[in-house]
Amino acid sequence: MELLNKRTLEENIFKILMMISISIVVGSLIIIVALVIINGGPALTLELLTQTSSGEFYLGAGGGGILNAILGSLLLALPATGLACIIGIAIALYLQKDFTHPWVAGFVRFSLDILWGIPSIIYGVFCFLIMIYLGMSASVLVGIIALTLLEIPIITRYMDESIKLVPIGLKEGAYSLGSTKFETAVKVVPRQALPGILAGILLGLGRGIGDAASILFTAGFTNRIPSSLFDSTAALPTMIFQLSTSSLPIVRQKASATALVLLLIVFTISILSRTLSKRYMKYVIK
Amino acid sequence: MSTECRIQIETKNLNVSFHGHHVLRNIDIKIPAKKLTAIIGPSGCGKTTLLKSFNRLLEIQDDVKISGQILVDGKNILAPRLDVPDIRKKMGLLSQKPYPLPMSIHDNVAYGLRIHSNKNKGEIESTVEHCLQEVGLWNEVKGRLHDPASRLSVGQQQRLCLARAIAVEPEVVLCDEPTSALDPLAAQQIEKLLLKLKKDYTVVLVTHTLRQAKRVADHVIFLYFGMVIEQGPADEFFNNPKNPETKAYLSGEIS
Amino acid sequence: MLVVTVAVSLLFFSIFFLLLFKSLFIFEQHSLAEILFSSSWNPGFNQFGLYPIIVGTVLVTGIALIIAVPISILSAVYIAEYAPKKIRKIVRPFIDVLAGVPSVVYGLCALLFLVPLVKDVIAPWFGIETTGYCILTASITLAIMVFPIIISLCVESFHAIPLSLREASLSVGATKWETVKKVIFRASAPSIISAVFLGFGRAFGETIAVNMVVGGITRTPSTLFSPGQTLASLIVSAYSDMMSSPLYESALMMVALILFIVVLLFNIFGIFILRRAKKRWNF
Repeated sequence: MELLNKRTLEENIFKILMMISISIVVGSLIIIVALVIINGGPALTLELLTQTSSGEFYLGAGGGGILNAILGSLLLALPATGLACIIGIAIALYLQKDFTHPWVAGFVRFSLDILWGIPSIIYGVFCFLIMIYLGMSASVLVGIIALTLLEIPIITRYMDESIKLVPIGLKEGAYSLGSTKFETAVKVVPRQALPGILAGILLGLGRGIGDAASILFTAGFTNRIPSSLFDSTAALPTMIFQLSTSSLPIVRQKASATALVLLLIVFTISILSRTLSKRYMKYVIK
Repeated sequence: MSTECRIQIETKNLNVSFHGHHVLRNIDIKIPAKKLTAIIGPSGCGKTTLLKSFNRLLEIQDDVKISGQILVDGKNILAPRLDVPDIRKKMGLLSQKPYPLPMSIHDNVAYGLRIHSNKNKGEIESTVEHCLQEVGLWNEVKGRLHDPASRLSVGQQQRLCLARAIAVEPEVVLCDEPTSALDPLAAQQIEKLLLKLKKDYTVVLVTHTLRQAKRVADHVIFLYFGMVIEQGPADEFFNNPKNPETKAYLSGEIS
Repeated sequence: MLVVTVAVSLLFFSIFFLLLFKSLFIFEQHSLAEILFSSSWNPGFNQFGLYPIIVGTVLVTGIALIIAVPISILSAVYIAEYAPKKIRKIVRPFIDVLAGVPSVVYGLCALLFLVPLVKDVIAPWFGIETTGYCILTASITLAIMVFPIIISLCVESFHAIPLSLREASLSVGATKWETVKKVIFRASAPSIISAVFLGFGRAFGETIAVNMVVGGITRTPSTLFSPGQTLASLIVSAYSDMMSSPLYESALMMVALILFIVVLLFNIFGIFILRRAKKRWNF
């Protein structure tokens, strides 16, 4: 049957194209990980992890390590995630049907969607302008604020979606036992929504640790470990950015090693997110 | 069973498991050609699974294991390396809820035609008209053939799905509780159509209303917990059931 | 809670107005048309022509999408319709992980792998010489970054289509591919379009990775193998210089404003179409 042969041929051609496509996608990730490991592995020494960088660090072998960047990233991302959580919970709870008119909730969710899509450089520029206006200089504080703004849409949306998914029956059950709207919102709903909320928080944290554009202008860069909120600080992404501009292979190796550290952190967060979600899923009633 | 009837579909030791659950057990049935065979039984007993095994639609889901033989006109359709779309073409399917394809009324019916045949535009249009007339939809839609099919009422959509199925000239029409989502008037229309269809096609109807089966069936298969309890011509089945479970089902004790 | 919510909702207005305000200075000195269409960007000589950078941005983003969209859609079809369960289970996490890789790491890997590849393999094949820091390299890098977005949105939308619709097509004797072509693509067309819009928004705004490999030359690129510059990358490149004059600073804020508006528009379109598709198919 001629017709069928043509149809099967077309299907087979596209099947091959599909296999090629998925191989490209999967292959990209494999290449990225391989590159970082192969290139950065040799430079991943104890010295790299435990010392701060110095001027020589960027010019050749030796010269310290990236401790300042590691600590800087933690100093920036952890408080930012915490702040974003607090703000996120406040907004997510407020958005629940019980408290607001649906139009208002719709508008808020829409603006969160938009904020999600804004490139991180814009957040960086925005905070930079305000920073200049207030007469401040690039510092941990401004960096934290920039990262908080970046993470708010992510965390809030996950919290909102998870809480929305809580079945009405569960809330009604709680109401019928006598708890107020607020009590239910704070005690019953979060447990059920926990896996989703956790996923969101960890996703936000991962983004905060990995993002460079927003902290480039706002957190500055330095070889020292910051001693106050008003010091500049290096961070892993900005350190990678700095090191990769070098034309010396040995400095680029350090960049790869730093990238390896960063990837390990981000992957760990991702795995943590999955396992914690799974663990708390058992409390969730479907 | 009358020996004059040709057997269209026959299963031998058909077993189907879904995700490890043994849904159909050792099914041996015979479905006569050009008659309406009703598959009846309580909900969840495997009726739809049996129906969808005839056109090999079960396989598109994950974790399905099928063993045994299904003979259509004497050929085992479960044999390896067969052209499955071709097998499916011989069986039309009418589902519980109508699922019009996301296209116009005309294109819904023409869908199968365009895939399978080399007909030109004029031939396709006349076939579409013919099928729509067969299902009694033509007068209702002739002025708006290029409107989206989703604008039709549920009853009309179901008739459209039937037109779509018969457009490719199947030999068998498989119906999975086709009236359960319809209002009584639309349901009646579909039943009338099925009675009309059985002159030209073998109709296999899954239904869980006994009354419907009594109204339209020539032949009945009773399925209970995945096993065939009894099968036979409708008169014998309804008036002279042999099995205790059959009797219990017919009298309404189990449902 | 109300205060917080209001503040956050109005954040994008605040960003918009602040950028607008800061851009006003340069608009006083140069007209919009002049900025958009004149072709030299030489802040030191009071020349702020964005044309070469706009061309660079369009090229980089456009080619990235030309590469990314077919590959992503085909991959999504494979994952949703063809892959056996075991493969699906492995591939889905891959996509999620790819989405989580920070852009600076993408940039670094592009530096290490793509730049030499383009310089020593691809360009010579066309008989062109290049440093490897060019439009093409940036496009390929961006394409890879955009894969996860388009793939996961498409897979989600394919999964939302009811099984029975596929059965309806298959039962008439269509092959799986025909079902995908004629039914699934039609039914998820809005979602696919929306995914492409959102992917475009992401690509347009990507700063760091592009900055590392695009070459940073503010001249109109003559071929794909020429170095160039994009709007987002320009902001980073010029950062240290911008403090030198308020006009320069204003110009860069204007670039940020343009970036913001374009990405905003694409995201709004994408979100609207996605929401309508979600309502229709209930996912």
